Amino acid sequence: MPTSSELAPGSVKELSAALAELVPTGPTVAVRGAGSKARWALPPQLAEPDVVVRTTGMDRIVEHAAGDLVVTAEAGVPLASLQEQVADAGQWLALDPPESDATVGGVVATAVSGPRRLRYGTPRDLLIGVTVVLADGTVAHSGGKVVKNVAGYDLGKLFTGSFGTLGVIAQCTFRLHPLPRAMRVVTAHPDDPADAARRLGPTGAVPTAAEWDGSALTVLVESIEAGADAQAEALAAAVDGEVGDVIPAGFGERPWSSGGIGLKVTHRLGALRETLSAINDVLPAARVRAHVGSGVVWVGDDGADLSGLDTLRDTVDQYDGQVVVVEVPAEAGPDLDVWGPVRGLEIMRRLKERFDPANRMSPGRFVGGI
Amino acid sequence: MSPSAGSKGPFRHDHGGEGGELASLAADFRTALGSSAVITDRAELRTYECDGLAAYRCIPGLVVLPETTAEVAHVVTACAARGVPFVARGSGTGLSGGALPVTDGVLVVLSRMKQILAIAADDERAVVQPGVINLDVTRAAAPDGYYYAPDPSSQQVCSIGGNVAENSGGAHCLKYGFTAHHVTGLEIVLPDGSVDRAGGRAPDPVGYDVLGAMVGSEGTLGIVTEVTVRLMRAPQAVQTLLAGFPSIEAAGAAVSAIIAAGVLPAAIEMMDALAIEAAEAAVNCGYPEGAGAVLVVELDGPAGEVEAELADVERLCTEAEAFELRVAADAAERALIWKGRKSAFAAVGRISPDYIVQDGVIPRTALPEVLRAVEAVAADAGVRVANVFHAGDGNLHPLVLFDASRGETERAEQVSQEILALCLEYGGSITGEHGVGFDKKAYLGRQFSEVDLDVMQLVRCAFDPDGICNPGKVFPTPRLCGERPGRRTGVHPLQEAGLADVF
Repeated sequence: MPTSSELAPGSVKELSAALAELVPTGPTVAVRGAGSKARWALPPQLAEPDVVVRTTGMDRIVEHAAGDLVVTAEAGVPLASLQEQVADAGQWLALDPPESDATVGGVVATAVSGPRRLRYGTPRDLLIGVTVVLADGTVAHSGGKVVKNVAGYDLGKLFTGSFGTLGVIAQCTFRLHPLPRAMRVVTAHPDDPADAARRLGPTGAVPTAAEWDGSALTVLVESIEAGADAQAEALAAAVDGEVGDVIPAGFGERPWSSGGIGLKVTHRLGALRETLSAINDVLPAARVRAHVGSGVVWVGDDGADLSGLDTLRDTVDQYDGQVVVVEVPAEAGPDLDVWGPVRGLEIMRRLKERFDPANRMSPGRFVGGI
Repeated sequence: MSPSAGSKGPFRHDHGGEGGELASLAADFRTALGSSAVITDRAELRTYECDGLAAYRCIPGLVVLPETTAEVAHVVTACAARGVPFVARGSGTGLSGGALPVTDGVLVVLSRMKQILAIAADDERAVVQPGVINLDVTRAAAPDGYYYAPDPSSQQVCSIGGNVAENSGGAHCLKYGFTAHHVTGLEIVLPDGSVDRAGGRAPDPVGYDVLGAMVGSEGTLGIVTEVTVRLMRAPQAVQTLLAGFPSIEAAGAAVSAIIAAGVLPAAIEMMDALAIEAAEAAVNCGYPEGAGAVLVVELDGPAGEVEAELADVERLCTEAEAFELRVAADAAERALIWKGRKSAFAAVGRISPDYIVQDGVIPRTALPEVLRAVEAVAADAGVRVANVFHAGDGNLHPLVLFDASRGETERAEQVSQEILALCLEYGGSITGEHGVGFDKKAYLGRQFSEVDLDVMQLVRCAFDPDGICNPGKVFPTPRLCGERPGRRTGVHPLQEAGLADVF
């Protein structure tokens, strides 16, 4: 298989010019930031793209309007660098995916999330403006740099989680939050995490995260000093836990290893028990990390046996859930459907046809062969 | 099939009036939905000639009031088959003319679809039909300790379907976000009449974010027939503070200080002296006498946190020269504080025969500068502007007061337009929550480039290639779906279509 050639633009303008130059030859194009999720839910045996656009040269933080709690960054800025910069003003971009070298563009393109989504949501919720470049070099903006804004269609949401199949996310503007100044960690070992999860809400505490790893439930209170103890103690009392101030090792990390199986399983909030049980039925040796209260369970298994995938999909479908094979085992055959069945696929195909009529942006990378 | 609606504009569809397509549609709808669901009488049609923005009026060709998804699908399918445009309408409280009817089209009124289908406390979701009133979701969820967060000022009458179309916010969206953050599932009748679903009760639906595209699309991408929304736990504690300041500048400084201190209130609302005067005249809210501006700051969350933050906010307001602080002691006092704020739009009717409600957004830190500029613009034109706004997120609602009988209309409109120009000059937006609709479509091209609008149009074309779904709204000039944005470099069509490869 031929090796992809690489483009490494240093600005949105260069990116646009480079893509426009490719139009006459019409190669397929994939977008890559740090590459930490380049193989994330990658359909097995997908052809290598002709050209890879590396965004890591587009690494300017364009503007940090601290008083407005807003930051604009080019797609190639590492999330960690952005966090460092805005932390100087006591702020952060409230996204905590564990892929430590990820770029902001990559985070948005894959819509990844971490434990603190419980409080702050996911990339779509914090992205307030976007600059995108289409396959033919067309540069377009939507949103802006004010949080409240309903002018025009929200292309940002459409491109969030689109895995490079609509165009290139070139620049992003995000809403920021104040950095919490106090932290408490509640740890419990409930027999039934679903029952424990139900006890959290009525305490009146507002945790930033609640993670179940198969044996321990870790609940974070991240707030101001006043009232942090009261919140933590109320939560600890509700789930028979203990209050500490250290986040345990492995918190928020993906439970799989390279070459094994990694799944993202979603479910309606009231069906955590049923969902964990369905996972256990199909992959009894799997490790789980559940974002309790968010309806997401990450699953890791060292084996390569995905024969129970359809069964698991059928079961969680009863709970409105879906299963995406995020880490694809090396042995997976071409028949593996990593994304699974999708509601509203027809309208998604039509969107793809409009944005990328020549089907050059990562063809086959996304749902339903898009 | 008639030519695309987009090519002809909203008011010039030729569907033959009484004896043509509309008459045949009316007959079809009577058979399928029953006569009580179809309105053709001109006097009755007139009831629907405008939404909350009465400046634009247009009598619809035909009104239909479906009660089920299947009926909506039937209506839309029939319209699509004849190339007749249609407009969806909820409670008709929108302030941008988004539900303005089309003369030769069908107005699909969803107010009969008002069932709450499920309050699923365990899932923290409610499933409702589009005609359900915003506040009724909270009422239904309250016994389980939950509420629906987006709270537009019209929440007692506006519908969830309309909220979805407009991506409605409200005073509390500073902390809790807009409708887009609270919708997890939709059932949609697409402009070709097919029924589709996006999302559900679970998070992160796989695929493109169709929910994100639909919410805030102002009824131009389809008709929503079922909405699944997040329910939030009622906060443990709520504190509402009313602070009187000598001037807008002082109140603005307090807002900046609160945000800089890392406090995220549920709401920060500001009113200037003229808006206070109007509110007093209308509802006797008892705001601090002689104030140049008042702030309403609401904090909610865990009790200890709220108490500490309230103390911070009181201190910061005092440091910013607040001369009176009043903390609501109970729900009744809280309601009185909010009454003044929420009545402000209607209240200016007490001090001015006519007024225009404007809706623009600026970066919060530009507030004092922009308000000075607004004052100068108003003074130049010789009209008064009352300012009411969501200060926490820089969302201005200037009320331009005028007297049409004295020929001031034009000057007032000029001032209203100049305020939008100021919003854009300071890097803001022409609308924070009322939408572009019919009213502001001419301004969208000032906020976005032609290419930006062309690319947005790609979304429209994916959903509504024939341009029959709420035509003539949002976008300034009609666009056809055959055109492609951006540069053209003479590529062979086969190559461009991906059918030929030069490699």
